[in-house]
Amino acid sequence: MAEAAAVVAESLAGYRARAARAVLEQVVLPGEELLLPGQEDGEGPGSAGERPLRLNAGARSGGRVVCGPGLRRCGDRLLVTKCGRLRHKEPGSGNGGGVYWVDSQQKRYVPVKGDHVIGIVTAKSGDIFKVDVGGSEPASLSYLSFEGATKRNRPNVQVGDLIYGQFVVANKDMEPEMVCIDSCGRANGMGVIGQDGLLFKVTLGLIRRLLAPDCEILQEVGKLYPLEIVFGMNGRIWVKAKTIQQTLILANILEACEHMTADQRKQIFSRLAES
Amino acid sequence: MKQVLKESLPTNGDTSVLAGVYGPAEVKVSKEIFNKATLEVNLRPKIGLPGVAEKSRERLIRNTCEAVVLGALHPRTSITVVLQVVSDAGSLLACCLNAACMALVDAGVPMRALFCGVTCALDSDGTLLLDPTAKQEKEARAVLTFALDSVERKLLMSTTKGLYSDAELQQCLAAAQAASQHVFRFYRESLQRRYSKS
Repeated sequence: MAEAAAVVAESLAGYRARAARAVLEQVVLPGEELLLPGQEDGEGPGSAGERPLRLNAGARSGGRVVCGPGLRRCGDRLLVTKCGRLRHKEPGSGNGGGVYWVDSQQKRYVPVKGDHVIGIVTAKSGDIFKVDVGGSEPASLSYLSFEGATKRNRPNVQVGDLIYGQFVVANKDMEPEMVCIDSCGRANGMGVIGQDGLLFKVTLGLIRRLLAPDCEILQEVGKLYPLEIVFGMNGRIWVKAKTIQQTLILANILEACEHMTADQRKQIFSRLAES
Repeated sequence: MKQVLKESLPTNGDTSVLAGVYGPAEVKVSKEIFNKATLEVNLRPKIGLPGVAEKSRERLIRNTCEAVVLGALHPRTSITVVLQVVSDAGSLLACCLNAACMALVDAGVPMRALFCGVTCALDSDGTLLLDPTAKQEKEARAVLTFALDSVERKLLMSTTKGLYSDAELQQCLAAAQAASQHVFRFYRESLQRRYSKS
């Protein structure tokens, strides 16, 4: 029994909470606990004899730290709930401790308020359209939430149409609701997406990468052919080019971008540009 | 079933199980739970239709997953884990548990910890064998399967068959806890490899 006890002690000793700052940009697994910057002293074995000197003792980031996707508060620590890379963003205005989140790769979309998504109209019941956005429930879209829509002037939306809109209500307890106007009442690019084109699905991580401010992939794609493209945060992309062949090529490139390195991508683009 | 969100193929020696997770997806009104996700596990044997043995294993796997998955974040949805046995050479339940855990992690289902399955067999001399083959399981006096969580190696689920004493149970549990280290290390390495490609 003594051996067994020793073995158990050794296997349990490997686990302790780590400082969030020390784990940035590394892969974290569900179940790990992270310490916020104000709590790092005196934690963990081996630090008993040393207290690091703090240069700005007054500037503790004891302000509000925002817990983003993949993290949950657990007492005064952060518990990781999804697998991915831990990221941090400094606060812009200097207040608070910034945002921590886990960048995970996922295909299934969960509606979030404010996200712009592409949905497919599945049913029309009375004054509400039911729109499939890829989540667990279809979202509801009122016919009055289009630019210039009134009770007499109904928008021309049929079952099977593609809609680009944003969520105004999206939480775990209620049915998600979306609209195709912004807070000023203007469409701002939202509404029914036109005829033709191709809708396909990619992972959520790829969409976030493509929508990042300086995305090379988009710039290169833009130089290839003239195209119209709509990105939905639910993993759906609608693309339309002059001919069907070009549309299909673009769709294949975007789907393949997930797995290609930058060099492979440049090769493919240069080969396409020549032909 | 529209899209498989993750397929994973852990192999305990020659036992391999393919796992897929669908969810959080729509759930039938009769099965929905108002404050948490409905977890369903489907275990398909290599040959034939699922029978009673599969049902009981499904129940064990479901209870383990429910202890670990944060279902409260997705009420009135369903999370389905489908396991297909590709080859069975012993320690099947442990392999299914490992596959289910990796599939859940990869699908992005929020979890409070990882879990792994370890099988122990005690033969007639009292020797402890970890991850027994089918032959060793048949000849063993007792076969014990444990599901352990990754945070403090606590016991999530145990299912046992055969005769064993109290002290032997503790011994097996300790050995399983030590062995689970290797499984968790494997999880960590494979997930790091996956994220290093992007």
